Amino acid sequence: MDMSMRKDTPLSRPLAGITLGRPLTLSLAVVVLGALAPWLVSAYELNLLARFLAMALLAMGLVLVWGQGGVLSLGQGVFFGLGGYAIAMHMKLAALGDGELPDFMVWSGLDALPWWWVPFKSPAVALLGVVLVPGVLAALFSWAVFRRRVGGVYFALITQALALAFATLLISQQPSTGGFNGLTDFQTVMGMDLGTPGAARGLYWLTLALVVAVFLGLRVLMASRYGTLLRAIRDGENRIRFLGYDPTPFKVVAFTIGGALAGLAGALFTLHAGVVSPALVGVVPSIEMVIWVAVGGRNSLAGAIAGTLAVNLAKDGVSSAFPDLWLYALGLVFVLVVTLLPGGLAGLVTDAGGTGLGKRLQSLVVGETK
Amino acid sequence: MNAQATASHIGTTAPASNLLLAVDGVTVDFDGFKALNGFSLTLDRGTLRVLIGPNGAGKSTLCDTIIGRVRATSGRVIFKGQDITHLPEHEIVRRGVCRKFQTPGVLPGLSVVDNLMIAARRDRRWWCSFQRGAAAEEGARVAEILETTGLADRGRVPAGTLAHGEKQWLEIGMVVATRADLLLLDEPTAGMGPAETSQTAALIRRLVGQHTVLVIDHDMSFLEQLDARVTVMHQGQFLKEGSVAAIRGDPDVAAVYLGRAKEDGHHG
Ligand SMILES: Nc1ncnc2c1ncn2[C@@H]1O[C@H](COP(=O)(O)OP(=O)(O)OP(=O)(O)O)[C@@H](O)[C@H]1O
Ligand SMILES: [Mg+2]
Repeated sequence: MDMSMRKDTPLSRPLAGITLGRPLTLSLAVVVLGALAPWLVSAYELNLLARFLAMALLAMGLVLVWGQGGVLSLGQGVFFGLGGYAIAMHMKLAALGDGELPDFMVWSGLDALPWWWVPFKSPAVALLGVVLVPGVLAALFSWAVFRRRVGGVYFALITQALALAFATLLISQQPSTGGFNGLTDFQTVMGMDLGTPGAARGLYWLTLALVVAVFLGLRVLMASRYGTLLRAIRDGENRIRFLGYDPTPFKVVAFTIGGALAGLAGALFTLHAGVVSPALVGVVPSIEMVIWVAVGGRNSLAGAIAGTLAVNLAKDGVSSAFPDLWLYALGLVFVLVVTLLPGGLAGLVTDAGGTGLGKRLQSLVVGETK
Repeated sequence: MNAQATASHIGTTAPASNLLLAVDGVTVDFDGFKALNGFSLTLDRGTLRVLIGPNGAGKSTLCDTIIGRVRATSGRVIFKGQDITHLPEHEIVRRGVCRKFQTPGVLPGLSVVDNLMIAARRDRRWWCSFQRGAAAEEGARVAEILETTGLADRGRVPAGTLAHGEKQWLEIGMVVATRADLLLLDEPTAGMGPAETSQTAALIRRLVGQHTVLVIDHDMSFLEQLDARVTVMHQGQFLKEGSVAAIRGDPDVAAVYLGRAKEDGHHG
C-alpha cells in the first residue's frame, strides 16, 4: 500500500513530462535548430522570428492564466504595452544629453520631463520595470477583482475595458506618450548599437533563451502542488474553498506571472520591432493574443508557442497580400478552432492521429452530439 | 494550532466542556422567505447526530450556514467556543469544519489521489503550495482513506470517471482527510443501492469518536443502521429530538411527513 502511494503522489513526479525520451529529443532538436536560425534564414526573417518568439512568452503566460487557471484575460495587451513602453522610455532617454527632451515632447511644447519618465533613465529601473510594472499592476488589479469573487465573463469584460482605457490614455496623452505614433527611432540599448547584425542576433538568442527558460519554469510550476491547486480551482472553486483554501491568491499569482511575462514579451518585441505604439496594445491585439493560444492549445506550453508562430506567420503572409482580410481570416480561424479543435494544435497531436478532429467533423456534419 | 479561547460566548460550564458546536437561534432570510427560523442545535464532541425533515425544511441551509456559504440574518454559530458566524469560508474550514455537498463535489479533472492529497494537506496557505513533497503523515492518511473507502485500486483514475457511489465515498473520504473535528454529510447515500448504503453506514459509524458527525438523510433503513440521536426540523424550525425508534413513532413527525406526502399527492 505504502509503495503504491508513493508512486501515486502527485508531488513525486513534477518533472515527469520533461524526462520522457521522445519529447525531450524533439524539443532539443527544435531548440538547436532555433539557435542556428541566424545562419539559416534572412535577416528579415530572423527579425520576424524574434518578434514571434517574444510574443510566445506572453502566450505561455496565458497558458497558465487561461488554460490552467481558467481565467480568460482580454487585456494582456496592457501588460505587453507596459513592458514595451518601459524599455522604450529608457532607450529614448539614454539617447539624450543632459537637460534634453525626447523630440516629440519638444514638438508638443513640453519644457520638462514628466516625473514618471525620470526613473526610467536608469537602466536597472528600466530592466526591472519591464517585469515589475506590469507584474505589480496585474497583482493589484487581479487581487481587487478576484477577492470580490468576480470571474468568468465579467472578468474578461473588465480586462477588455482595461485594454481600451489603456490605449485611449496613451493616445490622449500625446505630449508625454508619443500619442498614436508611440515611441520609436531607438539607437542603442544598454550601450549596444541596435542597427548592427550582431545586435539583432544577440537579441534573438536572448529571446530564444528566455523562451526556453520560461517554458521549463512554467512546466515545473504547472507540475507542482500549486499547479494542481490552480487546476482544481479552475474546475471547482467552491469545492476548493470548502476544503479550507482561499482561491484568491492562487489566481492572483497566476495572473501576476502572466502579466510579468507579457511585460517581458512587450519589451523584447519593442527591441525587435523598433517601435511600441497604442495599436499594439489595445483591444484587438489583446484578443489576437488569446487566439494564438486558442489555436495552439490553451493547456499546452509547446502548443502556445506553436500557435503564436503559426498565427503570426499567417498574419504576415495574409496582411501583406490582402491587408483588409486579416481580421476576417483570424475570426474564421478562431471559430473553426473553437468548434472543431478545442484542444488546439496540441490537442491534434495528443489526439493520436487526429481521431478527435475526425469525430468532431463527423458530428458537425451528421449533427450528432456526444 | 493556536490556543483556544476558552472564554465561552454562550456560557458553557467549564473549558473542559464537551460542547463542539452550538447553533444559536439562527435565522436565514432569503428575501422574506425564512429557510431557517430561529433554529438552535448543539453537538458534543465525538457524537453522531442525524438531521431529518421534509424537502425544503432547511437542512442543507443549516450546513451552508455553519460553513459560511450562507450567512445568518440573525443568531450565531459557535464552534469550539468561538463565534464563527462571520468568518470567511476557508477560515471556518481551517478551524475544523468540513462538509460534503448534496451533489457530489469532487474535482473531476484530478485523480482520486490528487483529490485526497489536496484535502489532506495540513497547511493550506498559498505560499506553502510551492514546497516540494508532502508530509509523510499526509501520504499515510490518504493511503488509509483509500483503503477504508474501498478506492485503493482507483487511485490514479480521474475522479470524474468514478461511478456515482464511488464519488460519494471519495467525497466522504476528502472530508475525513481534512481531519476536521466536525463533519457535515449532506445526503451521503443519495443514489446508492441498499448494499452501498449499509457500507456507508458502517463507514460513518467508524468515524464517530474521532470526529463529530452530522448526517442529513431521508432513508429510514440508513437511519436505523446509524442508530444515533435524530433531530427533526420542519420549515426552518426545530421540531423534535430523540432516538430513531422514538422519532419513528412520533405522531408530530409523522404528520409533518404525511402532510408533505399529501401535498405531493395533490400535485402529482
Ligand atoms: N439561495 C436561496 N435563495 C432562496 N431560497 C433558497 C435558497 N437556498 C435554499 N432556498 C430555499 O430554502 C428552503 C430550504 O432549502 P434547503 O435546501 O435547506 O432544504 P433541505 O431541507 O435541504 O431540502 P432537501 O431535503 O430537498 O435537500 C427551500 O424552500 C429552498 O427553496
Ligand atoms: Mg438539502
